[in-house]
Amino acid sequence: MPARSAFDKLWDEHLVADLGAGTGLVLVDRILLHERTGGIALKALAAAGRRVADRAQVFATMDHVVDTRPGRTDETLMPTGSAFIRETRAAAKAARVTLFDLADPRQGIVHVISPEQGIVLPGLTLVCPDSHTCSQGALGALAWGIGSTEAEHALATSTLRVKRPKTMLVQVSGRLAADVTAKDLALYFIAKLGSAGARGHIVEFAGAAVKAMDVEARLTLCNMAAELSAFSALIAPDDVVFDYLHGRPYAPRGKCWDTALSAWRGIASDEGAAFDAEIAIDGAAVEPMVTWGTSPQHAVPVDSAVPAFADVMGRETPESYERALAYMGLTPGTRLRQVRIDAAFIGSCTNGRLSDLRRAAAILTGRKVAVGVKAICVPGSTQVKSQAEAEGLDQIFRDAGFEWRESGCSMCFFAGGESFGRQQRVITSTNRNFESRQGPETRSHLASPETVAASAIAGIITDPRRLEGS
Amino acid sequence: MAGFKTVTSLAVPLIRDNVDTDAIIPSREMTSVSKSGLAGGLFAGWRYQAVGSRVPNPSFVLNDPRYQRAQILLSGANFGCGSSREHAAWALAEYGFRAIIARSFNPIFQGNCVRNGILPIELDAAALAIAPQPLTIDLERQSVRDAAGAVRDFEMDAQAKEMLLDGLDAIDLTMKHGAQIAGFRATSRRRRPWAFLDGADNR
Repeated sequence: MPARSAFDKLWDEHLVADLGAGTGLVLVDRILLHERTGGIALKALAAAGRRVADRAQVFATMDHVVDTRPGRTDETLMPTGSAFIRETRAAAKAARVTLFDLADPRQGIVHVISPEQGIVLPGLTLVCPDSHTCSQGALGALAWGIGSTEAEHALATSTLRVKRPKTMLVQVSGRLAADVTAKDLALYFIAKLGSAGARGHIVEFAGAAVKAMDVEARLTLCNMAAELSAFSALIAPDDVVFDYLHGRPYAPRGKCWDTALSAWRGIASDEGAAFDAEIAIDGAAVEPMVTWGTSPQHAVPVDSAVPAFADVMGRETPESYERALAYMGLTPGTRLRQVRIDAAFIGSCTNGRLSDLRRAAAILTGRKVAVGVKAICVPGSTQVKSQAEAEGLDQIFRDAGFEWRESGCSMCFFAGGESFGRQQRVITSTNRNFESRQGPETRSHLASPETVAASAIAGIITDPRRLEGS
Repeated sequence: MAGFKTVTSLAVPLIRDNVDTDAIIPSREMTSVSKSGLAGGLFAGWRYQAVGSRVPNPSFVLNDPRYQRAQILLSGANFGCGSSREHAAWALAEYGFRAIIARSFNPIFQGNCVRNGILPIELDAAALAIAPQPLTIDLERQSVRDAAGAVRDFEMDAQAKEMLLDGLDAIDLTMKHGAQIAGFRATSRRRRPWAFLDGADNR
């Protein structure tokens, strides 16, 4: 057999039938749903008189529009948000699928709870009507985002009709410098490739800098592949992943674990496997990054300036460049570390896990958020929140002046409820800085949790390595 | 769903790169657990004068009187990037768009279009947007003809073309593979018992 990539192996393992013209009928092992796009898939399926083929493979959670203020109920700040919660609950109950409801200790953002619970496993296929499903490729699964109609298809048949993606290998050599994170690497890579740079590809991240990452950092890296318009991302599973999964609620146990482990060790790409594209990155060259514009590709080192058009020519049209600058209220040549912020947000499926909160807390310890800066921390899951509280992280956040919330997607996007307000400048650990993403006319700057924490303290965008007193 | 054969219509030029699904329909406009009632929210952030308002912003191209009832949208690279929300395709279809011509598409959005009867065509739309003119799209021939009679051919995935031409339901098609899927699952369960949670064999 010719040398195969990890993706080739997962594709072959799940290919039920070749439908011709590069499309396969692919077996789906796990289907995740949330109240924003998943409830409608269950409802529409039932309305069409169809049934869930295997309810044991389906998991639903509440994350997108749930209230994150303490003492929450089904009511939401988003008008009509409670309808999404109630109708998803009713649809999940009718279909008899597992639901991690609002008060469940397993509730949280779908891409945070799935690894936590051991729902995603190496070598599985996993889909969810959510673009950041690619996060879960971090554990060596083939996990990709779909629409609601495709989710119906997966629910009804345990398969999907999939156009085989192209493959891209990204080798990150060396080591990331201290205080440089997976988020910085992701932003660096997106700036290099452009926001459509991996369109239609499954991106395999490999190399020493990736192998050195813990599972949570790998989830952050793979998460941002959505911002490259990639089909998905993948990291070959290793002992870091196996140790992480061992003993998790839905992970195999006993003899089955041993069998699984030997299969999982064979998933890595073979020596000499062919890829449609190969890219090499020097991990040591990556610095803390921040975005200046309205696309994740508008990322530059924190210690640099808003680029001139000449710097982005070929990547941007003059119109898109001018439009982004005007929206953000910035002028070329302005040093990013002179830009004042109005708010700081830590959370989301990108950077809302325990390690993210620990690293931010380490910066916040003994410090206060700058006067006038609204600062919010939203743990990615109820379990993350509980663990953080057991470690006293919540107190560090509160003492520094951060609000400490219940888990959910929260202000990663504006759904009509809470927002940061017109022309408010937010430094945020989330994944999208689109126009009005976090509120009408809100100006979002994407960065790592460390950079968000350091900036919240300084009141201006700040490289965490240069925070005064550090 | 009705099949897609040809469409002749003026084309609305929204020539921007990276038009994301938050822009196509902001999350705040997704107010019911339904696939319909979304056309009013289409491009709401650009189309109206304020959040929640329905007062048209006259400078946004969709409000240009010349393009009322246009069925073709022209845009730039990476159209439909961002969130996988199918509401973007539902809103475009309900508004009346039958085809989108853009330099490139985000793949999830592209799939959502095909499943909702919208034809996504990868072409340099800027060249078609120079003057308002009717375009004729012929899916069978995979061509776009402009008012001067110039014809541009486009590439199209064979599966997507078949689905659109015949207005097929993908679930119905796949259900025909039911026995094959069941057999594949049975074999797969023996190879990978941990992948199946509907029994006790993953313990």
